[in-house]
Amino acid sequence: MTAYQPDALIAADIDAYLATHAAKSMLRFITCGSVDDGKSTLIGRLLYDSKTIFEDQLSQLEADSRRVGTQGANIDFALLVDGLAAEREQGITIDVAYRFFATEKRKFIVADTPGHEQYTRNMVTGASTADLAVILIDARKGVLTQTRRHSYLAHLVGIKEIVLAVNKMDLVGHDQSVFDAIVADYAAFAKTIGIERFTAIPLSGLTGANVTTPSPDIPWYDGPALLPRLETVAIDGDRAAAASFRMPVQWVNRPDLDFRGFAGLIASGRASVGDRVRIAPSGKTTSIARIVTYDGDRQEAIAGEAVTLVLAEEVDCSRGDVIAAAENPPEIADQFVARIVWMADAPLVPGRSYSLKLGTQLVGATVQPPRHVVDVNSQEERPADTLALNDIGLAEVYADRPIVFEPYAQGSALGGFILIDRATNATVAAGMIDHALRRAQNVHWQSAVITREAHARQKGQVPRVLWFTGLSGSGKSTIANMVEQKLHAMGRHSFLLDGDNIRHGLNRDLDFSEAGRVENIRRVGEVAKLMADAGLIVLTAFISPFKAERDMVRALLPEGEFVEIFIDTPLAVAEDRDVKGLYAKARSGEIAEFTGISSPYEAPERPEIRIDTTKETAEQAASRIVEHVLGIWSYDL
Amino acid sequence: MTGLTHLQRLEAESIHILREVVAETERPVMLYSVGKDSAVMLHLAKKAFFPARPPFPLLHVDTTWKFQAMYELRNRAAEAAGMDLIVHRNPEAEAQGINPFDHGSRHTDMWKTEGLKQALTAGGYDAAFGGARRDEEKSRAKERVFSFRSAAHGWDPKAQRPELWNLYNSRIHKGESIRVFPLSNWTELDIWQYILQEGIEIVPLYFAAPRPTVERDGMLLMVDDDRFRLRPGEVPVERSIRFRTLGCYPLTGAVESEAATLSEVIQEMLLTTTSERQGRAIDHDQAASMEKKKREGYF
Repeated sequence: MTAYQPDALIAADIDAYLATHAAKSMLRFITCGSVDDGKSTLIGRLLYDSKTIFEDQLSQLEADSRRVGTQGANIDFALLVDGLAAEREQGITIDVAYRFFATEKRKFIVADTPGHEQYTRNMVTGASTADLAVILIDARKGVLTQTRRHSYLAHLVGIKEIVLAVNKMDLVGHDQSVFDAIVADYAAFAKTIGIERFTAIPLSGLTGANVTTPSPDIPWYDGPALLPRLETVAIDGDRAAAASFRMPVQWVNRPDLDFRGFAGLIASGRASVGDRVRIAPSGKTTSIARIVTYDGDRQEAIAGEAVTLVLAEEVDCSRGDVIAAAENPPEIADQFVARIVWMADAPLVPGRSYSLKLGTQLVGATVQPPRHVVDVNSQEERPADTLALNDIGLAEVYADRPIVFEPYAQGSALGGFILIDRATNATVAAGMIDHALRRAQNVHWQSAVITREAHARQKGQVPRVLWFTGLSGSGKSTIANMVEQKLHAMGRHSFLLDGDNIRHGLNRDLDFSEAGRVENIRRVGEVAKLMADAGLIVLTAFISPFKAERDMVRALLPEGEFVEIFIDTPLAVAEDRDVKGLYAKARSGEIAEFTGISSPYEAPERPEIRIDTTKETAEQAASRIVEHVLGIWSYDL
Repeated sequence: MTGLTHLQRLEAESIHILREVVAETERPVMLYSVGKDSAVMLHLAKKAFFPARPPFPLLHVDTTWKFQAMYELRNRAAEAAGMDLIVHRNPEAEAQGINPFDHGSRHTDMWKTEGLKQALTAGGYDAAFGGARRDEEKSRAKERVFSFRSAAHGWDPKAQRPELWNLYNSRIHKGESIRVFPLSNWTELDIWQYILQEGIEIVPLYFAAPRPTVERDGMLLMVDDDRFRLRPGEVPVERSIRFRTLGCYPLTGAVESEAATLSEVIQEMLLTTTSERQGRAIDHDQAASMEKKKREGYF
């Protein structure tokens, strides 16, 4: 067995060789299938046949093949890429491994995902950057559930080029009727999920038939072998270049007062000096004055290039904005329907505020209970209340401000997003925007004639939301009531929203599940905001156990109007008091999901005011809060 | 067809990553090891922020045992880029006189692994660019572009985040940090081709020249200064050599070569039959050495 055999041109004329290689294009693809389908063998074969394996690696491979290989005296190509078993033993999560090889025409990046566990998450991750998917089928087994799953996921993330690699043809005697039956079967299925086209290739990773060159073993097949197909397939980037110009602004480049450029990666289309552009979402128009690069100014730049644009006029533009073709700007909305792939162990909490990153925009967003989830194996839709790890669902997403987007079908750069958990900072989901909700586009903010400032001025005060948070029985309601009495006595206009009372009315349809608690706080937050708009000082007394929801309410209000008051009573003390007898019931299991006992309480990290009820009386605490609030007023008024 | 070449796509991807980190983190820093990958990374940083200077400093975690030619280029390259150069040497290693002759793997642990942690903590950096590539080794094939480290600089393989499209999640808690690898998708050949295409200056040691050497334990070592301890019977012999990777000179094996120009080096690399990391003693320690070192905080 010989390893790396270099091109004759390398020795003969290195400069000529390098010149041809400098013009190579790049294709990223994903391989879908399990070890049983011969996937690792096929990838190993591609690396081997494209001469990417060096002598020391080959001697290692030969030694490993003899020791643990499954191919007798022959080389076990799977060992080149596997290494996964050892990693699994070490407890390392493998989601996607990337491998590299090159031919004279192209450089290839292969995303390889391990077979079964976490398949949806891993495959979606690997496929998100792929131009093409190779879907492996074992010729002996035909189209299986997993084939349908792989195809559905590849199609879901928008991969347009699919190669159906019918592997192990040597084990079915290179029989054309077997191949034809599989292709017919697959074609019928592909149509049902909307796959427009695919290329089927009969091959054998083990013998190498139809991997790099046509094989005499399969004379009845006159299409390309796998590698030539990969070398010639059109790359998606070309399609992006034909679309309308869009560049999300990454960074404003301002080295001195004379230069102000907008750095970004062109997502689609092309930009030329003089082109009219529109800044989204502001809608301001101007034109491109310069296209600046380190290698000198350019007249034109295309999709996929990282450039710095200088605009003709001084317009407001910063990170998160999108510079787009003036005559065809992208859509703007704050509510849309998206396909969401859930990637975290903790399930989606509908109504909770997550961070959403799309392009260079980072906003707060909530996800509604899904309209349905899709069974990835049968592609059937079924109802669900939430999304768990590896679930794929269709759901409405509400952003806390309008974002610039395009439907995912038009491109991933402004159509794909991730959701980030605000407490753990983990990436918990991938989303693909389907369309904006019409109501988001048509319901405009009504600007009131009497402004919130006018309301506040009439009452002679600055609105505040005094948000009391703490365990059940910590003393929130008691202290909040005292604060309100003091404010009332001082002629201030206030209103107290109390947890128990709201649960009897506005929120009586909500339960005490995590989702119910999130929605409870969201509604209270919105009501508090309306009251603050009316100029009132609002006091709220809710356990509000989750940081994400408290932060969401904070974000609803102008800077400084949200005052978080942490009634810090240790659990043991609150339980000892047990004013309402609830702790006893929770301990006996009569109440499920009770904060502090069977449901977490996330203490505020930096509350405006912290009250330690073991050190202060309620009266002292109330006085201190009033002083704090009045102290802030004296600065404002 | 208007498509971009593979080098154009790689370059744009790296620039995008560099800019994302600068836009989203508080105190980024670039680890600069003076090797060819660092040279490419620095060049990409200049491109990403042109006409501004890259808005972060360079950090060299020094062992005092690098090749003299590396120190020379390091200082010049930082000055040419107009960037601050921070050189960190682990004071404990310095005090104990840790060296590659007497201390074996402790040399790497103390100077590099510990030194890096010290430098990152001292600078309060929340993001550090490194020049590692996925093609270097099997265990790196699965490495993310953004790699998250605890406040103690530990790498928890289970806490890494999925990376979708080109959306990177750079959010961290106080004290945590990110290692970012903008060259993840480059191969060794890509690096060489890019150096050729862009005319990037690299340490002359990558090109063959007559240099004083001794052969020891199957490796060809260069006698770079008079701290090199010759064993009984060893006499430096002048050979035409070059290096495929650069590190501490007593630990870095040379190859005999006549390739004195960039295209000759690439030619020799393409004609050669052994993979890149063979010259580095660090990888021969143990099979899964890279994985282990990464967990301990080595790049």
